[in-house]
Amino acid sequence: MKMSTIRDLLGAEVLCCEENLDHDVFSACGSDMMSDVLMYVKDQAVLLTGLTNPQVIRTAEMMDMRCIVFVRSKRPNEMMISMAEDDGIVMMATTMRMYDACGTLYTNGLIGTAAHV
Amino acid sequence: MSDALVFHFDVDGENFTSAGQASTQVKKNLRQLGLPPDIIRRVSIAMYEGEINMVIHADGGTADVSVTEDCVEIVLKDSGPGIPNVEQAMQEGFSTATDSIRSLGFGAGMGLPNMKRYTDSMEIDTEIGVGTTITMRVNL
Repeated sequence: MKMSTIRDLLGAEVLCCEENLDHDVFSACGSDMMSDVLMYVKDQAVLLTGLTNPQVIRTAEMMDMRCIVFVRSKRPNEMMISMAEDDGIVMMATTMRMYDACGTLYTNGLIGTAAHV
Repeated sequence: MSDALVFHFDVDGENFTSAGQASTQVKKNLRQLGLPPDIIRRVSIAMYEGEINMVIHADGGTADVSVTEDCVEIVLKDSGPGIPNVEQAMQEGFSTATDSIRSLGFGAGMGLPNMKRYTDSMEIDTEIGVGTTITMRVNL
């Protein structure tokens, strides 16, 4: 699924790295617990979270994730945006709640990350 | 590579915001060395979990990463309170982290299990009141 499609499905505002929106992602993970996110590895994945601290960006970076979607109208600060820009990670913000955002992406074909290393 | 390449980092225990900087740098260094992406990811995640643990539980410490022909070795050393029961700490879901740490997205009791999951070997040397040294290896 292209990240531009994620933006459209979630009615999201793109916060950085808009130039990468035409890249594909193949799976997604929704969580506010970063250690849970770190349990699973999939290439080119999307992280959906309501957490807004720099460790969200670091977690995505360690996992080689390409996109972070902040749900529930949460907004990252300038430092986080700068970190994501350095890594080329697309960040978006949506007013949708976690359950609705994950469900919308799942029903449109973006699968989960239920595979261990 | 006949000699080990060694990277040393001091992990600041006072600043949760900066936690993970050493792991970020190691990831960049390993990329420059041309290591396979899956190896880099496993090393990065294991070290990142360890770095976070050092900040949360032990007021920081040091991280030494060496790259040889055979493996990447990560040694995390702290002077924290030590781990009273390693077997219990290795169980998924067991955590002594505070609610404030949980609100930051960590303390789910997955740190040590994740470190073991992503590495080929992990040794924990801990002494109450003295500190903990964790040595992890990812084979190349």
